[in-house]
Amino acid sequence: MTTNSDHIPAQPSATEDVPTSPAKQVLRMLWRDKLAFFAAVFLILVILCAIFGPMLFEEEATRQDLRGRNAPPFDFSRNWLFWLGGDTLGRPLLARIIVAAQNTMMVAAGAVAASLAIGTTLGLIAGYSGPRTSQVIMRLADVIMSFPSLLLAVIVLYMLAPSVGNLIIVLAITRIPVYLRTSRAEVLEVRERMFVQAAQVMGASTRRIVFRHILPIVAPTLITIATLDFAFVMLAESSLSFLGIGIQPPEITWGLMVSQGRPYLTSAWWLSFFPGLVIILTTLSLNLLSNWMRTALDPVQRWRLEIARKKHG
Amino acid sequence: MGETPLLEVRNLSVDFHTVGGKVHAVRNVSWHLSRGETLAILGESGSGKSVSASAIMNLIDCPPGEIVSGEILFEGQDVLKMSSNARRDLNGRRIAMIFQDPLSHLNPVYTVGFQIAETMTAHGTPRVQARSRALELMARVGIPDHEAKFDAYPHQFSGGQRQRLMIAMALALKPDILIADEPTTALDVTVQAQVLALLEELQQETGMGLLLITHDLGVVAEVADRVVVMNSGEIVEAGTASDVYHDPGHPYTRKLIAAVPGTGEMAAPLETGIKPILEVNGLTKHFGSFIALDDASLTVLPGETVAIVGESGSGKSTLAKTLLRLEEATSGEALWHGRDLVTMGQRELFSLRRDIQMVFQDPTQSLNPRMSVYDIVSEAFAIHPKILPRSQWKARVRELLDQVGLDANHMNRYPHQFSGGQRQRIAIARSLALEPKLIICDEAVSALDVSIQSQVMTLLTGLQDKLGLSYLFIAHDLPLVRDFAHRVIVMQDGRIVEQGPVAQIFEAPRQTYTRNLIAASLHPDPEIQARRRSERLAMAGD
Repeated sequence: MTTNSDHIPAQPSATEDVPTSPAKQVLRMLWRDKLAFFAAVFLILVILCAIFGPMLFEEEATRQDLRGRNAPPFDFSRNWLFWLGGDTLGRPLLARIIVAAQNTMMVAAGAVAASLAIGTTLGLIAGYSGPRTSQVIMRLADVIMSFPSLLLAVIVLYMLAPSVGNLIIVLAITRIPVYLRTSRAEVLEVRERMFVQAAQVMGASTRRIVFRHILPIVAPTLITIATLDFAFVMLAESSLSFLGIGIQPPEITWGLMVSQGRPYLTSAWWLSFFPGLVIILTTLSLNLLSNWMRTALDPVQRWRLEIARKKHG
Repeated sequence: MGETPLLEVRNLSVDFHTVGGKVHAVRNVSWHLSRGETLAILGESGSGKSVSASAIMNLIDCPPGEIVSGEILFEGQDVLKMSSNARRDLNGRRIAMIFQDPLSHLNPVYTVGFQIAETMTAHGTPRVQARSRALELMARVGIPDHEAKFDAYPHQFSGGQRQRLMIAMALALKPDILIADEPTTALDVTVQAQVLALLEELQQETGMGLLLITHDLGVVAEVADRVVVMNSGEIVEAGTASDVYHDPGHPYTRKLIAAVPGTGEMAAPLETGIKPILEVNGLTKHFGSFIALDDASLTVLPGETVAIVGESGSGKSTLAKTLLRLEEATSGEALWHGRDLVTMGQRELFSLRRDIQMVFQDPTQSLNPRMSVYDIVSEAFAIHPKILPRSQWKARVRELLDQVGLDANHMNRYPHQFSGGQRQRIAIARSLALEPKLIICDEAVSALDVSIQSQVMTLLTGLQDKLGLSYLFIAHDLPLVRDFAHRVIVMQDGRIVEQGPVAQIFEAPRQTYTRNLIAASLHPDPEIQARRRSERLAMAGD
C-alpha cells in the first residue's frame, strides 16, 4: 500500500480514444437506422400533440356540426381539420385524434411506466434475495395472474370512480407480473455469471451488484417488453372505456374512438380506421425505436450503427 | 507418393464478407490425406485451422463465406462441384466429423442409442440392424455396461464418455475419413490420453484417414504422422511431426514450440522459516451428502506460488471458492495472518477482500460486457473508497494498464474490443487495483492460446517479483505448473493426495495418481512422447 501517493498523473497522449459528445453520437446512430429515425420523429409528433393538442383544438374537437355528420375523409374543400372526415356528431376526426393523444398517452405511458418500475423492482428482489422472499413475491404475482385482468378492472373501477388516475392504477397492477417474472428469470441467470462473482470477490455491496452489474444486462429485455405492452395497454383501456368504466365521454382516447366507431364500420369505416391507424403507428414506432435502442445500448452490438451501412446489392 | 491420396485440398481460399470488410479466412491452403494416415492441422485461434475442414463438410455459410478458389478432391472428385445431394450422401457415410464439445452436439432429448442408430437409419440401414450395430459400436468405444446405457440420455454420461459416443456415432457408417476438431480439448488429461489412444486403435482397425485439428503440440506429438502448421490463414510449415518439432523452418513455428510450457527450469522451493500468510487447516465443504472438499490443509508463504492440480471434480475450484467465501465452508479453518477467514464477519471480510483477489478462467465471462475498461478497473476504488481519492483514479488506472502491458489510451474501450489474452490482462489489472497480497488464479490461462499463455505467465511472474505477490494457482495443465510453481498440491476426489516442492512432485511422485497424471500429460516432442507412451502402456499392463 505504498503506491497510493507516489504516482504521477500521466500525460494525455494524442492517440487517446476521444469520445465525441454523447448527444451528437446518439443522433448519428439514429440517422444510420432510417426506420428508427422516422419512428422517433413520429413519436415526437405524438408527444407534441399530447402536450399541446388539448390547448389548441379542444374547442374544435367538441363542437358539433350536424351538417358534417359522418363526413367522408379526403374532402379537401372543407376545413383541414375535416380532412380525415367527421364523426357521428359532425366533430372533426383529425382534431379529436390530436386531442385524444393526451389521455391515451397519459394512461398508456403511466400504466406501462408504473408496472415496469414496480415489476422490475420486485423481480430484482425476488431474483437476488433468499428463497423465502422470492416465494412470497412470486405467489403474489401468481394471484394477480390467475385473476382475469378485465374482471379485476371492473371490480376496482366499479368501487372507485373511473378516472385517468384509477385507470392507470388498475392497468399497472394487471401488467406487473409480466415484468416481475421476466426480470426474476433473467436475474437468476445473470447472478451466476462470472463477472458478478468477480464483483463479489472485490467486496461489492448487493446494491452495487444489482444496479451496476445485473440491471444493465436485464434492462434491454424489459424495455422491449414495455414497448410491446404499450399497445396492449392502449387496447385494454379502450375495452374498459367501451364497458363504460374507463374514460368517460366527453373525454376521449384513441381506444374509445375505435370502439365508438365500431357500429358504423359498414357505413363510415373511417371513424374506427384512423384512430386505429394511429394506435398501430405509435406501437410500431415504439417497437422500431426500442429495437434500435437495444442495439445502441449494447457495446458489443453498437458498431452496427456506427459504421456506414453498405448498399445491399 | 505414387497413388492418389484419399483426400486432397488444393489452393483453397475462403473469404468471409463481414461488415468491416473482406476477411481472408484461409489463403492458398493445400494438403492431402492418405488412407491410414493421421494428419494434424496445428494452429492457434483465428489461424483458420478449422476452415478447410468446414469447407469439406459443407459447413461454411455462404454468404457471408465465399470459397474464392481451389478444389477439394475426394478420391479424385471435386466435392465443391458436386450437387448438394451428393455431398450430403458423402458426409456421414464417407467423411465423418467429431467436435470439441460433445454435449452441445448430442441432442439432450433423445437417448444416445437412438442417436447413434439414427445416423445409420438416415442413410438407409434397416432399424434392427442399426440397433445391433450401435450396440456393437458402444461396446467398441468402451462404454461400460453398454446394453443398459443404450437407452440413457446424454447428460447421464461423463465428458469422456460423451466424446466416445460421438466417435461411435461418427464411425457408424465406417467412414473413410474422420475429421476430429479439437476432440480432446474439453477433457481431462487422463481421459484425453484414453480418447486419443482409442482414435489410434480405431484407425488401425479400419484404415481410415484421420484429420486432427488441434492447438496442442502435445496431441500432435502423440498421434500425428504429419503436421500442417497454420498461422493467420496460411500454411507456414508442413512435414512429419518429428521434423517439424526438431527442425522448425518458419519463425512462427519456432515461436510456437518455444512457448510450450513444461521444458524450462523448475523453481527452487522458498526458504523455510518464513511465516505463512495463509494457513488452511482441515477445510471441508459438503453439498448435501456430496463431499466436494475433504479435510484440506495447506499453507502459502509470502511471495510463493502454490499450484493446485487435479482433474475436473477434484475439488480444486471449491477450495478456491471457499477461501474467497463465495461458498461457506462446512468445517475447518483458514487463517489469514492468524485471523480465521471462514468465520469472519461481514466488515472484516470486506477489508480482507483487498488482500485476497481472484483471476477467473474465462476473461470473456469475468468482465462485464457493458462496462468500459476504465469502469472495470476503477470499480475497485469505487467499492473501497479508502484506497484512492476519485481525482487520482484515472492516473492509477493508466498505471495499472501500463503495468499489465496494455495501451492505457484504450481505457474507454469495451472488453469485446480486445483479444482473449488482452482481456485476461484487464482482469489481472482489476485484481491488482486492490493491491492484494494473494491472487487466486482459477485456470487463469487455460482458455488462452499457447503463445498468449506464456506471455500472461511471464507477466504474472514479473508482477510477483515486483510486488511480492503470492499466487494460489489452480490448473489442470501440469507442464504449465512445472515452469511456474514453487510448490504443487495434487487433488483427487476432494482430497489432497500429495503435496511438495515442484521438483519432488515431477521427478519423484509418491502417489500412483500423481504418476498417472504426469504420465498422461503430453510432451510436445514426438520422440519423448513415444517413449512416454510405451512407459504408460507398460504401467497399464502391470
